[in-house]
Amino acid sequence: MDTLLIEGTQKTPTVRFDASKGLVEIKGRSIPENSIEFYRPLVEWLEKYATEAKSQTQVNIQLEYFNTSSSKCILDVFKKLEAIHKANSGVTINWFYDQDDEDMLEAGQDYESIIRVPFKMMEVEG
Amino acid sequence: MDLDINRLYVRTCGADVLFAFEGEISSERINLILEEIEAKTESMRIELRLRKKIYNVMVECLQNLYHHSDEVPLIVADRLGKSYGMVVLKREGNTFMLTVGNFVSTDKVKFLSEKIEKLNSLSKDELKEMYKFILNYQKLSPKGGGGLGLIDIARKSGHKLSYQFYGFDDMYSFYRLDIVI
Repeated sequence: MDTLLIEGTQKTPTVRFDASKGLVEIKGRSIPENSIEFYRPLVEWLEKYATEAKSQTQVNIQLEYFNTSSSKCILDVFKKLEAIHKANSGVTINWFYDQDDEDMLEAGQDYESIIRVPFKMMEVEG
Repeated sequence: MDLDINRLYVRTCGADVLFAFEGEISSERINLILEEIEAKTESMRIELRLRKKIYNVMVECLQNLYHHSDEVPLIVADRLGKSYGMVVLKREGNTFMLTVGNFVSTDKVKFLSEKIEKLNSLSKDELKEMYKFILNYQKLSPKGGGGLGLIDIARKSGHKLSYQFYGFDDMYSFYRLDIVI
């Protein structure tokens, strides 16, 4: 299946979903006014990927900022990944946060407590 | 008209203002404001953690204004424009004070007051649980809000939210929110 590539902007993140490598990456800022529209193709891509998922899927989430409307959409992405994980395909979510950014660490922990997928909290030195 | 919005704006700004804007909050305007806030807080060498808090709270406030401001009462629309939001960021010692204001129809006053009072009554952990519950169980509204904005602001602030409703006329009030960051 096709790799999903979206260039980042001032308000939306860079997206790289690569089925052949089992790699799902969202990096940058996610603060659009209309996040549903932005995240729809990501969720649709994951629905397709679920039917041919690699035995291991690495998920890298490295967000500098995200708004509350993105937070629901990110949860939708994680729920799709949870379904893939449940279907006996290993998924790991690497949640990157800046060393001093406790709010971003806490946001990752919020997701970790909702989603049944192994999370790794990855501290990045500023 | 009892309430002079422009005077309220000038009074809110005061001496230690870092950033102030009044007028229509469009998507492009949000970009410009965020760019300016980012540049200013960086040049002031504010620590990263606080800089990010300011930016995050600013994003939520601006998008609340963008999505939820009610129209400007006709009687002042020629002076204030059809859509009006007020944003003032001030430094107060080691903390920052962000004030945002917009018109709301008076029938929302009770709902908003109760919502803020409820948030103010909750501990840090209770706010976290409420945030997670709404994140997980409530559908996103077409406007994208989903009721998380104010809770997120309260969590990131770590202080009680102050608010005031200035009566404007029978139909409208001016809603002012003061957030310590």
